[in-house]
Amino acid sequence: MNAGWAWLTDAANWSGADGIPVRLAEHVGYTLLVLAVSLLIGLPLGLLIAHAGPRWAFAVINTANGARALPTLGLLVLIFLLSTGSSVAALIPLVVLAVPPILINVYEGVRQVEPQVRDAARGMGMTGRQVLLRVELPIATPLILLGVRTAAVQVVATATVAAYINLGGLGGYIMDGILLREYGEAVGGSVLVVLLAIAVQGIFTLLTRLVTPRGLRKDTTS
Amino acid sequence: MNEAEPLVRWDWIQSHLGLFGDLTVEHLKLSLLPVLLGLVVAVPLGVLCVRWGWLYPPVLTIANILYAVPSLALFLVLLDFTGLTIWTVVIPLTLYTLSVLVPNVVDGLRQVPDSTRQAAIAMGYTPLRRLLAVELPIAVPVIMAGVRVATVANISLVSVGALIGIGGLGRLFKDGFDLQFTTPVFAGIVLIIALAVVFDFALVLLQRLLTPWAAR
Repeated sequence: MNAGWAWLTDAANWSGADGIPVRLAEHVGYTLLVLAVSLLIGLPLGLLIAHAGPRWAFAVINTANGARALPTLGLLVLIFLLSTGSSVAALIPLVVLAVPPILINVYEGVRQVEPQVRDAARGMGMTGRQVLLRVELPIATPLILLGVRTAAVQVVATATVAAYINLGGLGGYIMDGILLREYGEAVGGSVLVVLLAIAVQGIFTLLTRLVTPRGLRKDTTS
Repeated sequence: MNEAEPLVRWDWIQSHLGLFGDLTVEHLKLSLLPVLLGLVVAVPLGVLCVRWGWLYPPVLTIANILYAVPSLALFLVLLDFTGLTIWTVVIPLTLYTLSVLVPNVVDGLRQVPDSTRQAAIAMGYTPLRRLLAVELPIAVPVIMAGVRVATVANISLVSVGALIGIGGLGRLFKDGFDLQFTTPVFAGIVLIIALAVVFDFALVLLQRLLTPWAAR
């Protein structure tokens, strides 16, 4: 741990093209890109299956759960070898990792809307689209954000593995550290990833508090 | 990679079946031992959190933080203390399992209907017997949901340990990368998914055995 502290506090590691700010920006950039793509897939698909009937939902949810079994490192290496070294390809396994929690929570969030609430909205003359946008989505928001938070934390943590195929980011320090037996660099990089992941959790806790409709807020600590 | 090289070379797979066997055994040991250890710790910890409500928020916060720690980072930190033993991988995965299981144990116990608890008290059950014979069995489906998530996640996560030299089937990924050879990578992915499916199914069966009263 001391070697890690020494590495983190060495000013030389905080500047230049390989410095911590650059790698941190890379890491955050990949995470945001992966989350955006995963939301574009998971949100509409989750809404679709929540309205498509139990048989479809069962199939999609089980596939999504099954996707959790896919080993990210294996997928990463396979895609890397097949794409002969393209680094964008490394983002695919991360999307595979991030879609299931988003998809499942969108589905659960919309499904937990009470039928009476939905009926009341229809009775007030809302169209299907209005029910979705003004009733179902707001009620589902806390669960959806929880899914996105889970996905974000997993992507931040797992993007470290992507450095194995030279994607850069904070994982690069860990990989270089293992390869060159520079223990301080590896531990220092790990600590940075942990701090980033904790920051992400904090941001989402705040975000959840901000966007949860007032009528749904509970004064609990969870 | 050579253009003529196929995605999978079956002759290589046939000549390495022994290696697959050894790696699979190691893989299962590394991924299932943490689930068992996690359960042994999570159940009493969850019971305590339900008993004393003030304990739960800090425990939940720690669990959330642990969930956020990349397994690779924990492997590295531990490497200094545990060396190249299975514990370097088993301890981080146990912590990860805990972060998934503790909330499920607490949620499972909290959803036991109060009328059921009152009935058990009225029948003269001691608190311990009430916990073991009434509350925990009712909580089994929720706890089991966590066990399934943790088991599948561990089976897939263990492979990252290959980067520090302990990772069961993950070694096939490292070998494939080093040799620029897709066959072992493909075999590793297929074997890991197969293990996850088999054990998830086994856990579903186990849950049915443990909750014979549940509606099918």
